[in-house]
Amino acid sequence: MALTDSQPRTRREARRKLGPYGRVQQAINELDERVGIAKGGRSLLDKIFPDHWSFMLGEIALYSFVVLVATGIFLTLYYVPSSAQVVYHGVYKPLDGQRMSEAYESTIDISFAVRAGLLMRQVHHWAADVFVGSIVVHMARIFFTGAFRKPRELNWTIGITLLILAILNGFIGYSLPDDLISGTGIRIAYSILLSIPFVGTYLAFFLFGGAYPGHIILERFYIVHVLILPLIIIGLIGAHLGLLVRQKHTQFPGRGRTEHNVVGSPLFPQFAAKTTGFMLMVTGVLGVLGGFAQINPIWQFGPYEPTKISYAVQPDWYMGFLDGALRIMPSWEFTAWGHTIPWEVFLPAVVFPGLIFNICLAWPMIERRFTGDYEIHNLLDRPRDRPKRTAAGAAMIALLFTVFAASSTDVLANYFHLSLNAVLWFFRIAVVVAPILAGLVTWRVCIEMQRVPGAVQRKRAMIVSRTPEGEYVAVPAEPRPGDEQLELEPEPVPLRIELEPEPVGASATTAPTDEPGVRRVTR
Amino acid sequence: MSEPEEPRAAGDEDDSVTAGGAGGAGGGTRDGHRAAVALLPAVRADDPHLADAARHPRRVEAIVGLCFLVGIAGVAAFGGAFVENADTQVLAGTLFVGLFFLGFGLTAWGKYLMPQGPFVEERHPLESSARDRQAMAAALVERTGIVVKRRKLLGGLLATGLGIFGIVAAFPLLRSLGPKPGSTLFKTNWKKGSLLVDYYGKPVHRTDMQVGGLLTVFPEGKESTLTAQAVDQAVLIRVQSTTLVTMKGRGDWSPDGYVCYSKVCTHLGCPVGLYEQELELLVCPCHQSMFDVRDGAFPVFGPAPRPLPQLPIYVDSEGFLRAREGFDQPVGPGFWERTTEGNGKASAT
Repeated sequence: MALTDSQPRTRREARRKLGPYGRVQQAINELDERVGIAKGGRSLLDKIFPDHWSFMLGEIALYSFVVLVATGIFLTLYYVPSSAQVVYHGVYKPLDGQRMSEAYESTIDISFAVRAGLLMRQVHHWAADVFVGSIVVHMARIFFTGAFRKPRELNWTIGITLLILAILNGFIGYSLPDDLISGTGIRIAYSILLSIPFVGTYLAFFLFGGAYPGHIILERFYIVHVLILPLIIIGLIGAHLGLLVRQKHTQFPGRGRTEHNVVGSPLFPQFAAKTTGFMLMVTGVLGVLGGFAQINPIWQFGPYEPTKISYAVQPDWYMGFLDGALRIMPSWEFTAWGHTIPWEVFLPAVVFPGLIFNICLAWPMIERRFTGDYEIHNLLDRPRDRPKRTAAGAAMIALLFTVFAASSTDVLANYFHLSLNAVLWFFRIAVVVAPILAGLVTWRVCIEMQRVPGAVQRKRAMIVSRTPEGEYVAVPAEPRPGDEQLELEPEPVPLRIELEPEPVGASATTAPTDEPGVRRVTR
Repeated sequence: MSEPEEPRAAGDEDDSVTAGGAGGAGGGTRDGHRAAVALLPAVRADDPHLADAARHPRRVEAIVGLCFLVGIAGVAAFGGAFVENADTQVLAGTLFVGLFFLGFGLTAWGKYLMPQGPFVEERHPLESSARDRQAMAAALVERTGIVVKRRKLLGGLLATGLGIFGIVAAFPLLRSLGPKPGSTLFKTNWKKGSLLVDYYGKPVHRTDMQVGGLLTVFPEGKESTLTAQAVDQAVLIRVQSTTLVTMKGRGDWSPDGYVCYSKVCTHLGCPVGLYEQELELLVCPCHQSMFDVRDGAFPVFGPAPRPLPQLPIYVDSEGFLRAREGFDQPVGPGFWERTTEGNGKASAT
C-alpha cells in the first residue's frame, strides 16, 4: 500500500488507512510490491488437499524427517566423530576402564550424562525407522493406486531416490556410535564393496582411506550423515513437494471428482490445521517411543572391537532384506585366471538391491510399455481394477518380505527348535515360490472381485467380501446417518469463510451476504 | 479455483483497499461463483461422519479446549522435567502428553469446527501450446546453431578446457581419498617366528590350554591395535579329535593338537566368534557359516565360500607357540584381485 500522501494524524486514522485487513494487508502489500506474492500466495492458500487417510502416509514421512533433523541437530552438539581410542572413566560404571573410540564414549555420554540426551538419541533412532517405514508404505499406496502414472513419473522417481537415500543414511547413522553391532555392520559394508568386480577394492580403499578398518571412516560417515545426504534429501523433498503443488494431487473417483479438478479441503485453514495437528501428534508418538521403547542400547553391546561379536546380530529393519539375501545365498565363489568374483556376496548385496530399485524406478515405463497408455491420469485406480499391476506389487512385497524374514534364520531356528538347515532351505525355496504364489493369488482375487455383480456401479461404499465357501459378494456398507441425503457437489473455495456464532443446537441457516465472493457460514 | 490466470477486474490494481476490496484485492473470483453464494454450516450436517459434531459444536469446542489445556500442562511439565533433569520416561511422557494433545485438539478443530466443503479446485493443463513449445525448441536449437557454426573452434577449446579440468579435478580428489590397494590385502602381521599372544599380550605356552579349549591370538606386539586386530586375529584351538584332516603339505602345521585358523570369516569378514565344541565347528554369528575345525576349516554350512586360512605353527624350545610362516593366502572375504592360491581340497593325513 502506497502511503505517500499525508501522514495519518491519529491512530484511528492510520488504522482506517490500512483498510479492513490491517497490518496483514500492509505486510502483504510491502512484500507484493517487491516480489509479487499476492496472486500465487492466494492460489497456494486455496490449494486443495483431497481428504483420504492414505494421503497421510507421506505426511508421516515428512514429519518424521522434521523430527530427525531437530533431534539430529541436538545430537551433533555432543557427538564426537572420532575413532581415536580412549579409556573410559565416565558416569556409566560397568564400562569403566574399557578401551573404546571417542565416538562410542561420546554416545555413551549422550545417553547418560547429557540432559535429555537418551530421549533425543532414541527418538532420533525411532524417527529414522518410522521415516523409512512410512516411505515404504506411502510408496505402496502410490503404486497400487496408480498415482505414479503420467504426469507424475518424475515424482515417483524422486520418491524412490529418497527411499534409497533414507536407507543409506539410516545405515550410516546407526554405524556412527561405533558399538559392537554397528562396527560389525561397517565391516560387512566394507566386504560388500570389496566384492564388486574390477573396482571393488579401489572403492573400498577410497571410502575407508585404506584397508579396513582404516582410521577415518567414522569421520567420513559423520559428514555424509549430517551434511551431504541430509542436504540432498532436503532438496529432493523440496522438489517432491514442489512437483506435488504444480501437478496437484491425485484423487479417488467419487461424486464431483473428475480428471480436471481436485476435491477436498483447502490448504488454509482446514488442511493447515489438520496437518499441523498431525505433525504434533507424530512428534508426540515418536517422543513416547523414544522414551519408553528402548532402541539400540549400545551400552549393552559394548564398544566395537574387531575380534568380538555378538550372537543374533541383526541390522535395523530396512537393511534386513539385504542381510536375509546374504544368508540364503549359496556359496558360489567364482575363481579363474587369477581373479575372484565373490558371487555369494556380490549377487545378493549389490545386484539384488540394484535390480529391485531399478525395477521400481523404471516401473512407470515398464507399465506403459505393456498397456500402451500414454494418457494423463489424475484419478486413482482401485487396486482390484488393475489385477496385473496389483499382482506384480504383491509379488514384490512377498519377495522382499521373504528375504527380510530370512534375516532371522538363526533366531527362528532357535525359537521353533528347528534345524538351521531346514529353515535355510525353507527360505531358499520360499524366495522363489512366495512371490509367484502371492502374484497369482492376488491376480485371481482381483479378477473375482471385479466380477462380483454390483461391485462396479456403486453409489456408496460397497464392500466386496469372500464367504467361507469361497464366493465373492458385494455388500453395501452399513447405512450411516445422513446416507439418504444427496452428497453435495463440491464448490470453489470461497474468498472468505466467515464463522458466525449461533445459539447452540440451531440448525444451519442461510444468510445472504452482499459481498461478492463471501460465503457466510453459520453454525 | 483462483488460478493465477484468473481474470482480474480493472479496479484490482488500485492500491487503496475499500470495504469492497475483499472481492478484488485477493485476486477475484469466478463470475458464476459470485452469483451462487452458498452457505454452509461450519461442518456440514449431511456428512455422516461429522453429523454429531455439526449438531453440537459447543461440545467439540469443549473437547478441543480440554485437549489444549492438557497439552499446555504437558509441555509445561516437559519443561519442568527438563529443568529438573528428570528420567527419560518422565521426559517422554510429558512430551507425548503435551504434543499429542495439542495436535489432537488442533486436528479436531480443523476437522470439526471448520467448513469441510467439499471444495473444488480446477486443474489447468500444465502443457503449453504447441507454438510455445516450438518457440522454445527453436530458440535453443537455432541460437546454439549460431554459436557452434560461427565459433566452432572457440566452442571446442572451451569444451576441452572444461573437460580437462573435470578430469584433473576428479582424479586427484579420488586418489587422495585413500591409498591404492596394492598388495595390502594379501598381507598380515604374521611373520616367520611370530609369537602367539592372547588379547592381553601374554604368550601362549603349550601347556596353557586344555583339550577342547579355544583362544583368540595375535602376533606379539600387535594385540592392542585395532588395525592389526582386524586382520591378524586368529583362533587357536586344541582339538579333541585324534584325527585331523588337513590340506596337502600341512601335516606338520598343527603340533600337539593345536590348530590355528584366521578368525576373519571368508564370507563378509565378521569374526568367527562361536565354537561348537562337540562337533568342533567354528560358527560365524553374522550369517551362520560353519567351518569344520577337524577338516581344514572347510565350510560345511552357510554362505562362506572358502575354508578359513590356516596359520602354520610350531612349539619353540621353551614350549611357546610360534608361527612357522604368515598366512599363505589373503584372509577374509573375496575380492577381484584375489588369486586362487590356497583353495585346494583337503586330504586326509
